Amino acid sequence: MRVIVCIKQVPRAQELQVDPVTQTLKRVGVPSEINPPDANALEMALRLKDQHAAEVVVLSMGPTSFDESLERAVAMGADRSVLLTDRILGGSDTVPTAYALSETIQKIGGYDLLLCGEETTDASTGHVGPGIAGHLDLPQITYASEIRVEDGKVRARRTAEDGTEWWETTMPCLCTVNFGCNKPREPTLTGKIRVERGGVVTHWSCAEVGIDPKKVGLFNSPTIVAKVDTVRLPTRAGRIFSGEPEETVRQLLDSLIADGVISP
Amino acid sequence: MTDVHVIEDKSHFHGVWVFLEHRKQSLRDVSVQLIGEGRRIADLRNTILTGVLLGNRVDDLATYALGYGLNRVIIVDDPLLEIYRSRPYAQVMAQLIRRHKPEIVLYGASKNGRDLGGRLHAILETGLAADCVKFDIDAEGNLDMIRPSFGGKSLAHILCKKHRPQMASVRRNVFVAPAHDPSRTGEVVHESVELGPSDVDATLVDFQEFTREGGLGPEEADVVVSGGYGLGDPKHFAMLQELADLLGGAVAASRKAVDSGWVPKMLQVGQTGMTVRPKLYLAVGISGAVQHLAGMQESKKIVVINIDPKAPLFEIADYGIVGNLFEVVPEMIRQLKALKGGAADARTAVPAAAR
Amino acid sequence: MERFDAIVVGAGPAGSAAALSLARKGFSTLLVERGRAPGVKGMFGGRIYAWPLDDLVPEWAKDCPVERFVVRENLAFLTEDASLTVSFDSPKLAQGRGTSFTAVRAKFDAWLAKKAQDAGAMLVTGIRVDDLWREGGRVRGVSVAPNDHVASDLVIIAEGAASTLVRKAGLKADLEPREVSVGIKETVELPPETIQERFGLGEKEGAAYVYAGQASMGLRGGGFLYTNKASVSIGLVVSSEDLSRKKVEVQDLQTKFRMHPAVQRLLRGGKVVEYSAHLVPELGAGMMPQLSTDGVLVVGDAAGFLINNGYTFRGVDLAIASGIAAGEAAEAARSAGGMSKMNLAVYEKFLRARNVLTDLERFRRAPLYMKNERLFDVYPRMLMEIAERMYTVDGSGKERLFDVVLDEASAANVPKLKMLLDLLHGARSM
Repeated sequence: MRVIVCIKQVPRAQELQVDPVTQTLKRVGVPSEINPPDANALEMALRLKDQHAAEVVVLSMGPTSFDESLERAVAMGADRSVLLTDRILGGSDTVPTAYALSETIQKIGGYDLLLCGEETTDASTGHVGPGIAGHLDLPQITYASEIRVEDGKVRARRTAEDGTEWWETTMPCLCTVNFGCNKPREPTLTGKIRVERGGVVTHWSCAEVGIDPKKVGLFNSPTIVAKVDTVRLPTRAGRIFSGEPEETVRQLLDSLIADGVISP
Repeated sequence: MTDVHVIEDKSHFHGVWVFLEHRKQSLRDVSVQLIGEGRRIADLRNTILTGVLLGNRVDDLATYALGYGLNRVIIVDDPLLEIYRSRPYAQVMAQLIRRHKPEIVLYGASKNGRDLGGRLHAILETGLAADCVKFDIDAEGNLDMIRPSFGGKSLAHILCKKHRPQMASVRRNVFVAPAHDPSRTGEVVHESVELGPSDVDATLVDFQEFTREGGLGPEEADVVVSGGYGLGDPKHFAMLQELADLLGGAVAASRKAVDSGWVPKMLQVGQTGMTVRPKLYLAVGISGAVQHLAGMQESKKIVVINIDPKAPLFEIADYGIVGNLFEVVPEMIRQLKALKGGAADARTAVPAAAR
Repeated sequence: MERFDAIVVGAGPAGSAAALSLARKGFSTLLVERGRAPGVKGMFGGRIYAWPLDDLVPEWAKDCPVERFVVRENLAFLTEDASLTVSFDSPKLAQGRGTSFTAVRAKFDAWLAKKAQDAGAMLVTGIRVDDLWREGGRVRGVSVAPNDHVASDLVIIAEGAASTLVRKAGLKADLEPREVSVGIKETVELPPETIQERFGLGEKEGAAYVYAGQASMGLRGGGFLYTNKASVSIGLVVSSEDLSRKKVEVQDLQTKFRMHPAVQRLLRGGKVVEYSAHLVPELGAGMMPQLSTDGVLVVGDAAGFLINNGYTFRGVDLAIASGIAAGEAAEAARSAGGMSKMNLAVYEKFLRARNVLTDLERFRRAPLYMKNERLFDVYPRMLMEIAERMYTVDGSGKERLFDVVLDEASAANVPKLKMLLDLLHGARSM
């Protein structure tokens, strides 16, 4: 069984900084991590590897600095990794990204299950996973918190707004993995040694995959960010009480009653 | 199967569509809220507002939906569409969109809405802006799709200038639902599409509905009492529940509390959780990471209780108490109980000696 | 399962030196560091004696990240507000085998680890080795988790003073440590030009200070100060026993020391950017740990190769020398047929040849000597009084040095015989 996991490298959550001039995320010089929901997807894949001796291939699209995350994924237990890296991909929104990843997945081939995190912590659209499923015309199950492979079928537990659903579908299929549904494992010494020996990350360019340059990149992306405003949140009263609890609570409740927020 | 890469002239596209998500014979809140906003956009574009309803035996629902202000509802009625499934729904929507060429399509950013929009936008090769909080029409008549940029500190204006339809998703409670007026009428159009059993590739084998133990959830309640990492232990959420009950509200939590395993993820407020806009949001032991703010900063009144006077959340508080939550919250409970008991002056401090 | 001829646990100076030595001798070597980079978790006084580098990396001066070469040694006695400093200036200090330099551990350790990598050792960071992996009662490698083992014939423990593997290897660092000292250090940022001007140094030159007396507020111990390129390392070594007995907070102690007028004069305008404090266990006299057993060698601080001379710790050079010795021992054992306890016992011989053990044994007495409280209180005061009387010319009549000394000696209330003995002991211990 072959599982392909799509991951993205993002600025580390607590370290996210907005460049005050360009109003975009600072990515240079900021520590990076595997997008946490993708780490959950990777853990899901590694558990399937433990149970079914599956082969786990990790795929990403981005600059060569993404090697760091791909190496980490292999150190955690993935078998190998592929980075689609090409300057013409720069500025792609989710449409070209889904297209490019789909083409790369087809080049890797032989897959039974595709996994991605439900969304990224930097862009938070959640579009790419379903987009890939749309391109490849595969069944898709989003927000899966548990995935089992039984009798050649995929069974996934999905936490929806109203309840917990269990879905069953045939392979190949795509699942996006619920953020926080598992605890991604730590890299092992054995894994890190494998990474040091080299050859665990393969780089492909768009030409090598057969991606149409006219379908990727900033100018071929349907959406653009036209401008960015700093948010002017409504200014709030900001009355902070300190002192003994009886006094502060009384002042707070009096204020809320006066505002009509709670009834006296 | 993707479209041939030719961008059709956008003057061929007209109309504003709202994807109507439904369950148990009624529309989801977010879909209703979108009808209201869709109406406003349609009026700005001088065009009609259409709801799209996929399902099985949904005629009555379609008629009912017109009462929210739709000019028209397109129905695709088929037993295969009884419940939401990605592939058949996406295929049907793609066919409808190619046939009718709407200029704008709006989706609720529910789990299924995002599931659908994500798949569909790749099939149609068009733009989809997620989690929008505001819409405008720009000078060229494009839909200006405005969404929070990282952490809610900025707002990004997304445009889809050449591709059509322009698609956007919106989370629940960003817009206000319009009133329902049964006297409003409109057209109900039945469409047929190519759909067969082979298109249905996923089976729902089990469904366990969440039973909320009485009371509303954080997204519906007027008052939300939210607990964070400062609580230190899951058992202290009981205290928050008591406070919420007294205020007629619901309990929620920050991501750190959820990540620590103290409460289920469905209570999480924040960028990767729920967006809430209650009348009163009471944050207890939450420092205020930007991702949390994104989920509650539009609450009408924000009250912050934290031992650290430098907690960032105080910056957007209407009121705050700098103090030990393990003293403040029980005191709030005590005084609220006394209030309910009717004696206003019973709220005066109990002398230390008597405690 | 991955396997290597040798696994070195810890990429500090000892570990990297061992890995470099082993790699050069044709051992396939794995160097495992628990920090995210070598040196991130290392701490030391601030100065490295370079003599073992001459043997290990003869061209070290070309690219070693030296902060400053020490050209001036200073010894200062402090009372509450006065200080008496003896300064030794000699070009010989920065020449030849006696050269020492100030360094930043993160840079130095990274450099030495890179040398090991260049020689063919594999470096893995961010992994904490949990235990030795044993099979059939023999050490066969290391273990990180139940399913994460790596095999090797030889494991070199270079984990540092808080090593857990030494105990797990059955090599009790003998009994409980006799002394526990606390090392405190701050890094104070100052522009290089300021340092050079204030300390009278050239661009690559550095000064080292050792402080006695009230530096540690009467607690047994002393202070140190080293000039780096663009910062000054300043800190204290104090007896942990004294700290708890006199109920003193470590940070207060350091601040008071830093605020002493004699010290402030040197650090004025500087910004404290780093602070660290560590417990350092030391072995008392006559307590050498067992250094080797089947498939295991111990190097560096983990083996107790640390000299507390009362004012600062000296350990980096001993660590590097022990790493070299470990490589030599491994090579000898390989020729003798394998990494058995018997074959590895030759390690001690190599340590002696490099003067690692001899220095340790010789300076064993120093800590005991340091227990002599008079050293920290009475004698510095006495010296200060002498100096004051010597340097005060106010028209009240100048005295001769000899008379002043005798006079102050009597005033100090210490029997002359005792004083002579102290002097003798001191000379012998140092």
